[in-house]
Amino acid sequence: MSVQVDARGFSCPQPVILTRKALEKGQFPIEVLVETVTSRENVRRVAEKAGCRVSVEEVGNEFKLIITKE
Amino acid sequence: MRPLKEIFHEADYPDLLVGLEVADDAAVYRINDDVAVIQTTDFFTPIVDDPYAYGAIAAANAMSDVYAMGGQVVLALNIAAFPADMDEAIIRAILRGGAEKVKEAGGVIAGGHTIDDEEPKYGLAVMGIVHPDRIATKGGARPGDVLLLTKPLGVGIITTAFKADAADPAHVEVATQSMMQLNKRAAEAMQGGEFHAATDITGFSLLGHAYEMAEKSGARLRFRFDDLPFHPGAKEYAELLLFPGGANRNKAAYEQHVHFAPYLEYEMQLLLFTPETSGGLLIAMPPGEVEGFLARCAERGQKAWLVGDVVEGAGIEVL
Repeated sequence: MSVQVDARGFSCPQPVILTRKALEKGQFPIEVLVETVTSRENVRRVAEKAGCRVSVEEVGNEFKLIITKE
Repeated sequence: MRPLKEIFHEADYPDLLVGLEVADDAAVYRINDDVAVIQTTDFFTPIVDDPYAYGAIAAANAMSDVYAMGGQVVLALNIAAFPADMDEAIIRAILRGGAEKVKEAGGVIAGGHTIDDEEPKYGLAVMGIVHPDRIATKGGARPGDVLLLTKPLGVGIITTAFKADAADPAHVEVATQSMMQLNKRAAEAMQGGEFHAATDITGFSLLGHAYEMAEKSGARLRFRFDDLPFHPGAKEYAELLLFPGGANRNKAAYEQHVHFAPYLEYEMQLLLFTPETSGGLLIAMPPGEVEGFLARCAERGQKAWLVGDVVEGAGIEVL
């Protein structure tokens, strides 16, 4: 069961903050939904800096980032 | 600004020294051989919680364009919008913050206009004066000049972190004091010697405003990242990716003109695209002027940093 973070409708830096809170809980995988390229890039950077792997799916006009820890 | 250029033709207004054809920080209109007036306006929604500080910041920010043109502030009018049910004491605190800042600038607020609006807004329409031969435009930087900056960077990311409840109150306090600080002393220090170009660093970020200077001057501006001053906390919040949306909008608009040294990480690059509010002046001057300028700054308790230089070419380089 993955952790869901729905950051659609939030502007930066809220998606980053919501992702960070999920990362702190340490439950993986985490799925983050964002609407903008900016949010996608910032969330990706946050997860990668936390030592996680990130894959991105483009779903319509949204992005789903799947964050996993090895 | 295009519709203005369709209606007003520069050639018809020989006394309009700065305005239509080449936009700058403010409009400048010659009254006679000794006096030109500088006209500018700016207002925005609250960016800090304290109403007095908000008023002072909005006023300092509005007057900054006069200083960026090398002028002094003479007269200002309030521009405000407040919700009909807003607490009178808060409104008074905002207006007092602005009024005391204009008084500190040596100017006077002689009136203004307020409308009802759901979201508070405050700022000024400002008139300043400058000698027509001493106008500081963005377009005068020359290869060989050096670049000085008169406030540290980072208030944009610090206030964003604050809105996200992620900022250290001590960092917010330093940023607030910086935004409240007038660019008056920096402009006076500049007018005490020779200068070639100036602008103030606000919403388009250091790199956006620097690019305008580079473009209008027909030269390349080169910054040394390690020489750029930052407020405490700014780099830390950048590492945490707490950027406002405006940082990426500026990046999208200007990155094609900016070359970064490959060792500068993404977060530090984006920090230089992050909008500033009531930032310092960026001044281009001949290298021989620096010592005198820094001495005049020191006399006035004004800080300044040597952050780069101007070379042949176009665009921006960050080393």
